Amino acid sequence: MRNALSVSIGTLSLLFALAWSVSAQTNNQSYVAPRTPWGDPDLQGQWNSQTATPLERPLTGPLAGKETLTDEEAEGVEQRNRARNDSAPTAGDPGTYNSFWNDIGKGLNRTQLILDPPDGRVPAYTPEAEQRLAAERAERATRGPADSYADLPIWTRCITRGWNGIGSNYSSNTQIFQSPGYVVVLQELIHEPRIIPLDGRPGLPRDVQPWLGVSRGHFEGDTLVVETRNFDARSSYRGSSTDLILTERYTRVSDDEIDYRFTMHDPGTYVSDWTVGRPMRQETDGLTIFEYACHEGNIAMTGILAGARKEEQDAAAKQ
Amino acid sequence: MSRSIKNLVVERIAAAIALGVISACTPASPDAASFARMPDGRPNLNGIWVASNTANWNLETHEAKQGPVVALGAAFSVPGGLGVVEGDSIPYKPEALAQRDANAATWMTNDPEVRCYLPGVPRATYMPYPFQIVQSTEPNDVLITYEFASASRIVHMRTQQEFPIESWMGWSNGKWEGDTLVVDVTGFVGQTWFDRAGNYHSDALHVVERYTPKGPDVIHYEATIEDPDIFTRPWKISMPLYRRLEQNAQLMEYKCVEFAEELMYGPLSKPKSTPAP
Repeated sequence: MRNALSVSIGTLSLLFALAWSVSAQTNNQSYVAPRTPWGDPDLQGQWNSQTATPLERPLTGPLAGKETLTDEEAEGVEQRNRARNDSAPTAGDPGTYNSFWNDIGKGLNRTQLILDPPDGRVPAYTPEAEQRLAAERAERATRGPADSYADLPIWTRCITRGWNGIGSNYSSNTQIFQSPGYVVVLQELIHEPRIIPLDGRPGLPRDVQPWLGVSRGHFEGDTLVVETRNFDARSSYRGSSTDLILTERYTRVSDDEIDYRFTMHDPGTYVSDWTVGRPMRQETDGLTIFEYACHEGNIAMTGILAGARKEEQDAAAKQ
Repeated sequence: MSRSIKNLVVERIAAAIALGVISACTPASPDAASFARMPDGRPNLNGIWVASNTANWNLETHEAKQGPVVALGAAFSVPGGLGVVEGDSIPYKPEALAQRDANAATWMTNDPEVRCYLPGVPRATYMPYPFQIVQSTEPNDVLITYEFASASRIVHMRTQQEFPIESWMGWSNGKWEGDTLVVDVTGFVGQTWFDRAGNYHSDALHVVERYTPKGPDVIHYEATIEDPDIFTRPWKISMPLYRRLEQNAQLMEYKCVEFAEELMYGPLSKPKSTPAP
């Protein structure tokens, strides 16, 4: 009975995913992506994937049971994000980036970015992953918030923001470059050129684990498919492990939009695969990607670490 | 027909005739003729390139010397090398030369490379790491992406605009002059150096780079450097850039920030508790 149930849930997810992809395709059936002179679908240009829509469907509130949103509801999501950004900080909190700094982005007519599973939520962790993550949390709890530079998040350390599908509160900009045999997705944050060979070459040995993994790509019809493996454990996203196989699909569905999706396949971590859709829109306002020199001006690291040492000294003096 | 289009057409016809004449009458020039071309007729500069010289140690001619970390002995000492500067001497103003010498004396603490800062131009070209040129057809922009520090720069081909604000890698506008890609770079911060010998510039730096194909696997690279705050006149460096020919050549990730963190932030870390006696 249990097996039958999981099969039927699996079938339902598949049907849902199929239905979604069919509807995405039928919307733009007449569109033919331009080609580069050497015949690859042309994805070149500057794209922005900022969106007000959250990754996961809310568990409570008016949107909890919904799959699609009206334009008014989508606008409501934007407005709530803006209000949250601009709410006054609580006493003792110095405040943070507001709506002037953060880019709210457009709310989609979907409740969440996750397309699959159908409940719009990141699937549960496997017992093995629960154990791994609990051990990581326990290990982390043996230290203070900023005992060392290595205790701080990799974005704060200006190492990487991860791959472009994750998005950000601002500057979710990419420029795509193509040459025969290559696609390069240049992310503004935090100056990240993702160089993707298309010639079918093998990956790298398992113990070579770059922060952004090892990417290999190919075209399936109009769609650029990029598979990335060998992620560094420290660039984990939503609990993913070094066994993660990330598959991204870039399909130009109009002159101004790329249907971008990625699937997280990490069966040791999640009870099922999950897929996120995050549209990329062509930048048409004449703006251009600008250098994001993060580490060079990173006075925050010095401030955070020096502040932590000062607090320790003050605490010691009180004893 | 507008004058510029007419000129272009005439230029292309002349080039085609010249090429035909050359290929019919004489052995093909080893330079441009043997260099692959893109569908738009421009030289195909795509590939992974590396300068194989000691310019990152010193742009001027220098002899070998003991490295600064005694424990590393011969493994990380300084190799000698021939200069890449035309005339082999950088025309510093007297007070700027004194600053260069001061930089040289303290390079281990002051060279931005040590801290993994974005290396600027032209230094990124001749650091001992490969870089990749990603060139499409016109009017698309060209990307030059370097292994060191995941540095990259967009060479703007579609629109030529003035730099909006200073940056570490500068603002690059590109255009073709015949078979040469000419990149005009401005808008630099004044904090990058040219090498480990303390050669430096101010934020008035202006670099004009020329990438000219010389055979299928070599680019002749030139950079004219102008900075009236530091130098008495513009000066030029040049060097060959070699194609990485390995079938599986690729840029590896070298996010060096983590290798500079102990140096930069180690002293601010919580002191390790001392073991009980």
